Amino acid sequence: MSARRVRWELTLLAYLAAGLMFFPIFWLFLTGFKSEAEAIAIPPRLFFPPTLESIQEALTRSDYGAHFLNSVISALGSTLLALLLAVPAAYAMAFYPTPRTQGTLLWMISTKMMPPVGVIIPVYLIFRDLRWLDNVWALALMYTVMNLPVVVWTLYAYFREVPHEIMEAARVDGASTAQEMLRVLLPVSGPAIASAALLSIILAWNETFWSLNLTAAQASPLSVYVASFKTAEGLFWAKMSAASMIAILPVLVMGWLAQRQLVRGLTFGAIK
Amino acid sequence: MTHSPPLRRYSLRPNTFWLLAPAILLLVVWTQIPFVLTIYHSFRRFNLLNPERQGFVGLENFHSHLTDPIFWTAVQNTLVLVGSVLAITVLLGLVLAVLFYQDFPGRALARTLVISPFFVMPVVSALIWKNMLMHPVYGLFAWVAQRLGQEPIDWLAIYPMQSIVLMVSWQWTPFAMLLILTGLQSLSKEQLEAAKIDGANAWQEFRYIIVPHLAQTLSVVVMLETIFLLTIFAEIYASTSGGPGLATTTLPYLIYLKAFGEYRIGVAAAGAVFAVILANIVAIFVLRMIGRNLQGGRT
Repeated sequence: MSARRVRWELTLLAYLAAGLMFFPIFWLFLTGFKSEAEAIAIPPRLFFPPTLESIQEALTRSDYGAHFLNSVISALGSTLLALLLAVPAAYAMAFYPTPRTQGTLLWMISTKMMPPVGVIIPVYLIFRDLRWLDNVWALALMYTVMNLPVVVWTLYAYFREVPHEIMEAARVDGASTAQEMLRVLLPVSGPAIASAALLSIILAWNETFWSLNLTAAQASPLSVYVASFKTAEGLFWAKMSAASMIAILPVLVMGWLAQRQLVRGLTFGAIK
Repeated sequence: MTHSPPLRRYSLRPNTFWLLAPAILLLVVWTQIPFVLTIYHSFRRFNLLNPERQGFVGLENFHSHLTDPIFWTAVQNTLVLVGSVLAITVLLGLVLAVLFYQDFPGRALARTLVISPFFVMPVVSALIWKNMLMHPVYGLFAWVAQRLGQEPIDWLAIYPMQSIVLMVSWQWTPFAMLLILTGLQSLSKEQLEAAKIDGANAWQEFRYIIVPHLAQTLSVVVMLETIFLLTIFAEIYASTSGGPGLATTTLPYLIYLKAFGEYRIGVAAAGAVFAVILANIVAIFVLRMIGRNLQGGRT
């Protein structure tokens, strides 16, 4: 690490910045532990008798579990499917490049730069005709499409660093393509697969455009459920905060773990 | 490829077509074909409430946007939102990155706190800001204003766009900071030491060494953020619903209203074509840069 002398004023400033940036989240968490009356008390209370009442109420409402499950299915399902499609694709491009490989990769990345509004209308109509609206698996499919470029890219960048000789040796020993991927490549690719999966789960969990437009009561994930607090129940702040807190906590933790991979995954190697 | 692997016997080459085909097929079916269909719909009259009455109308949908002041308001709002958020996040991101480039006790924890807003679901951050911070009666800002002897302000009613900008900037500053920090960490220590020895002060060091080094990083931040910010939707949906009036109606929100509020598929599709054009202007430059880096060897 750098041996530069750090002035204490700058350190203080960094702590201050951290406190300010985190404050809204802190305030949300605090409100989640308040009663409804405490939540809107004036002056706002920093110290109060904490209660699990609001969290309990948010969790035991019959539909919260269902929405949470929808979030889990759409995030994990889409991530699994994306990995299933991306591992062979990234393997092929990293180890057996052709003159067209680079164009293919760039094209995949370009699909990620298409604004969702550019395709929402036909996708909505197709979903309607297939009776896929309000179906959590269909939502997971759209999330797979959304995250596939990021997952392919993350894996590709990592696979390129894996020595070709390992593959070569396995191949000479008569391993099939599938064996080569499963027995040789995957065991050394744990970190890459983990970071691609983390990134994909985070992006899918927080996604709100597709979920708002393609799901209703049955298949809606937490993002849509939490959005319902914008009107009807908007003034039950403690309950809203408790529900929001549980909705963001899993991804907040994953985000903390994935902060390094985030840069690599979302910039497609434009920043080294 | 500049570093093509040495002589590979043809027989050892797997048929990569079948390895790539599923991924490519999925992307074609769910991104390229729908976009072609969007273009198709943009030339047609099609209202979901009145589906019998449909047909080819030429450029009428585009014309109706271009002659509608609402469209121009939405375009202007989009540009104001993207431009303001870019300015704020890049500036703050730069300052934060420089702060967190230093080594100090507790840095990892502090950095983790700083980047947290980026991982908060957009709907949740809209609700936090709209209710608990900016609410004119029970919000924290109102209480602070009162303590300072000011009238509480109904932020989302009186300064709607500024409030959205603040909210979105809070979420995207960590992204800018993380990217810039990565760029900074590839800066050579020797160069900075040399500048120190030559008597450069902190400002000169920042202005003449750090900033030029970061030029590429910053352009990537600006371009990627632009692409992502052009699609901002959930924050507006959950806080102002595009209002008051049209004050926070952006292009994506307008298209959403046309499609799922008025069910005017053709008109919405024409708007979507404009949105894609807007995003592509930026995307072309990003893709060119990514392509250059791919060619330039390992990343």
